[in-house]
Amino acid sequence: MSFILEVKNISKEFPGVKALDNINLRIKQNEVHAIVGENGAGKSTFIKILCGVYPFGTYDGEIYLEGEKKKFFSPKDAEEEGISVVHQELSLFEEMTVSENIFIDFNLVNKAFINWDFLNKQALKWLKTVGLEHINPTTKVKDLGVGEKQLLEIAKALIQNPKILILDEPTSSLSVKETEVLFNIIKELKNKGLTFIYISHKLEEVFKLADTISVFRDGHLIETNNKEAYERKKVINLMVGREISQMYPKRLVKPKDNVVFEAKNFNVYNKFGRKVVDNASINLRENEILGLFGLIGAGRSELVNSIYGSYKGKYVGEVYFKGEKIKINSPIDCIKHGIALLTEERKLYGTIPTMSVKDNISLLYLNQRKNKFFVDKYEELKEVSKLVEQLKIKTSNLEESITTLSGGNQQKVLLARNIMVLPEIIIIDEPTRGIDVGAKAEIYSLMNKLTQEGISFIMVSSELPEIIGISDRILVMHEGKITAEFDNINKNISQEEIMHYATGGN
Amino acid sequence: MSVFKKLKLKNYMMIIALIGIWIIFEILTGGYFLTPRNISNLFRQSIFVSLLAIGMVWVIVLGHIDLSVGAIVGLSGGILGILDVWYNFNPILSFIIVILLGAVFGLWNGYWVAYRDIPAFIVTLGGLLIFRGILIGITRGTTIGPLSDFYEAIGKGYVNKTLGLVLGIIASIILVILEMRAWKRRKKYNLKALSLKLEILKLTVYISLIMAFVLILNSYRGIPIFSLVMIALLLVFIYISKYTVFGRYIYASGGNKEAAIISGINVKKITFIVFIINGIMAALAGIFLTSRLDAASVASGNGAELDAIAACVIGGTSLMGGIGNVFGAVIGAIVMSSLDNGMSLMNVPMFWQSIIKGLVLIFAVWFDIASKKRD
Repeated sequence: MSFILEVKNISKEFPGVKALDNINLRIKQNEVHAIVGENGAGKSTFIKILCGVYPFGTYDGEIYLEGEKKKFFSPKDAEEEGISVVHQELSLFEEMTVSENIFIDFNLVNKAFINWDFLNKQALKWLKTVGLEHINPTTKVKDLGVGEKQLLEIAKALIQNPKILILDEPTSSLSVKETEVLFNIIKELKNKGLTFIYISHKLEEVFKLADTISVFRDGHLIETNNKEAYERKKVINLMVGREISQMYPKRLVKPKDNVVFEAKNFNVYNKFGRKVVDNASINLRENEILGLFGLIGAGRSELVNSIYGSYKGKYVGEVYFKGEKIKINSPIDCIKHGIALLTEERKLYGTIPTMSVKDNISLLYLNQRKNKFFVDKYEELKEVSKLVEQLKIKTSNLEESITTLSGGNQQKVLLARNIMVLPEIIIIDEPTRGIDVGAKAEIYSLMNKLTQEGISFIMVSSELPEIIGISDRILVMHEGKITAEFDNINKNISQEEIMHYATGGN
Repeated sequence: MSVFKKLKLKNYMMIIALIGIWIIFEILTGGYFLTPRNISNLFRQSIFVSLLAIGMVWVIVLGHIDLSVGAIVGLSGGILGILDVWYNFNPILSFIIVILLGAVFGLWNGYWVAYRDIPAFIVTLGGLLIFRGILIGITRGTTIGPLSDFYEAIGKGYVNKTLGLVLGIIASIILVILEMRAWKRRKKYNLKALSLKLEILKLTVYISLIMAFVLILNSYRGIPIFSLVMIALLLVFIYISKYTVFGRYIYASGGNKEAAIISGINVKKITFIVFIINGIMAALAGIFLTSRLDAASVASGNGAELDAIAACVIGGTSLMGGIGNVFGAVIGAIVMSSLDNGMSLMNVPMFWQSIIKGLVLIFAVWFDIASKKRD
């Protein structure tokens, strides 16, 4: 058996986090090699090294392609050597035509002037290889369906004549039917001699498609074996098999029985009109930490953003606060009712990079005070300082720009911003994403203390240990639906059980 | 070095650059540039762009732009001329009408930008054409003048010299009181505060600057009346920026619009109001310019929006939004006026003046970016 790709001792570190630790992996010629793992297991980092997004020198270890040592300094290098990637987020130019997208790399055209008649004919040939022969090459990409776009991406990658094609979560936005079409194309291309690396956390798909399965966890390669050597349960075991460490504090209060907050019958559609949340209902009890678990694309963030009034697509649903129906048209309405949201995308929706630590913290507070016009700088400073002390935010000077803080401290700043207005409910989306271990533990213990002060949490997370570690109750989402509910008062729910429902089991 | 850091001299870089420019012109014009007479002229010239720049800063901080202010200047001047010269309106009444119309022009821009999500560049480019067109229509392309005496005082009047001196002293006393109160409170709240010695030094420098300003202008004809209006507005705008929720939210919305929305800030309303304020400032600048020229003409205010934007940018306002201060913009306006004034004194041909101003703009921004990278 010959190996087309071999990586030796690959390690990659980010500030404070070891994303990959000494990975050794061999990919056989002409196989579909699936890589599975939880969010944050290191799959994407690994792919980015293979395809040159992280250039040679920014990681340790060696890559051998067909026995030859390779150094990729850019994705272009990797493509030229025969490794192409279709990333999870599609990278097509929506306003350009299909053939313009296929031939976007002008090195392939290799002429100063473009003969579009010729290229359109060529495009048709490539479209045929992915079963898109019914598409007119002069159609604009924005007029294609999501599934067609995904196949077009593959066609675009094939034109580079790759030896290995990497697919990163290719089905995350596809329907069942579209997925089937994709699988047939993959099988066909495999028969023609192409090798695939297939990243996914949908286990049924992996079992349907893969020849070999590798399991990643916490930056380690746990096991590689033929598909036949596995069964579903074992893979889940390997994906999550980790001790819940001392990181999680013992809960200080037990949740009460009364429901303080309810979201009923939420249906959410993304900007393409696809249903991303399907009739989901949530209730939250006083002093409770409710964990909402789901893998990428399960619709968790879409659900909580819709509840908060900040989702950009269409949605319907009812919100009840302490038994009373409330109308939420925008985040202002939530803030007024004492409902706060800490978003998953700190940079995009959280911090204001041009402002100081102090100004970032007091942002919400300023228009929730009695005096909505003037800022009393000294009162502001006094209140902010109290919180900085309480939350142990590490900053040398409150007037410093927020961008000088570490991820963990920035997250604490956002928490401070929200608790400064004394909310009763905090929705916190991926509370510890991109945060080092020490800061994680601090965030958990803060949440624990805040529940003692009467705040109830909805915690959205894709990290199983944290879901089990601090939630009192757990909801599991899969493909827009809430598929399971667990009482987790004793923190004894197994990760396998949750993962079972999160990967579409029933 | 430690003194350098304590006083945050970096924040005063623009002022230092301005002084540098003055010294160069003083040498090149053989000692004429810094005579009281020329300094008085220079300040009067800078009032116009300063007024526009003060209004423009928040627009740019919000990540927008207003290309129509020059046209609003022209149109306000034209309406003023018509009311004052053709219809002999009461001057104060026509002043108020023009200011209100300025608010309406700003409201027009603000509505399309804030509530209809059309890029400000397009809205205000359209505004430029519309306002300029209205001006030509209502004035039938003629120049209207001369204005009544009230406006002559606005454009060319000076404050009585004794009164100017008294104002200078009052301003100094107020400054000392406010600064000492702030200093004491900083001490009380355990904040970083300068040592008493440095604090007194700083105050001495400020007071000397105020008194020098008064005395130099007094040794010519006195303080131009409208420069007091400009300074008062400058202080109001600085105050709003620093000490009001509205000001804070302008900067927050410009720094990260999405985060501001999630935090319940009504970004649309803020944008709307800021455009209205900018319209008012442009109308005020229009009244001043028309008064100074003693006539309303179709061409007045042509290209003024670019001077205002340049003044903001030279003063450290970032076109990416979120960053910028009003005081810096006024310094930027004085830099621009100094270049105009100095080069005119040297009889530099107009084309060179334009080229040099363009280069200074680019270098100022490059310097700013480069110094930030070093941090």
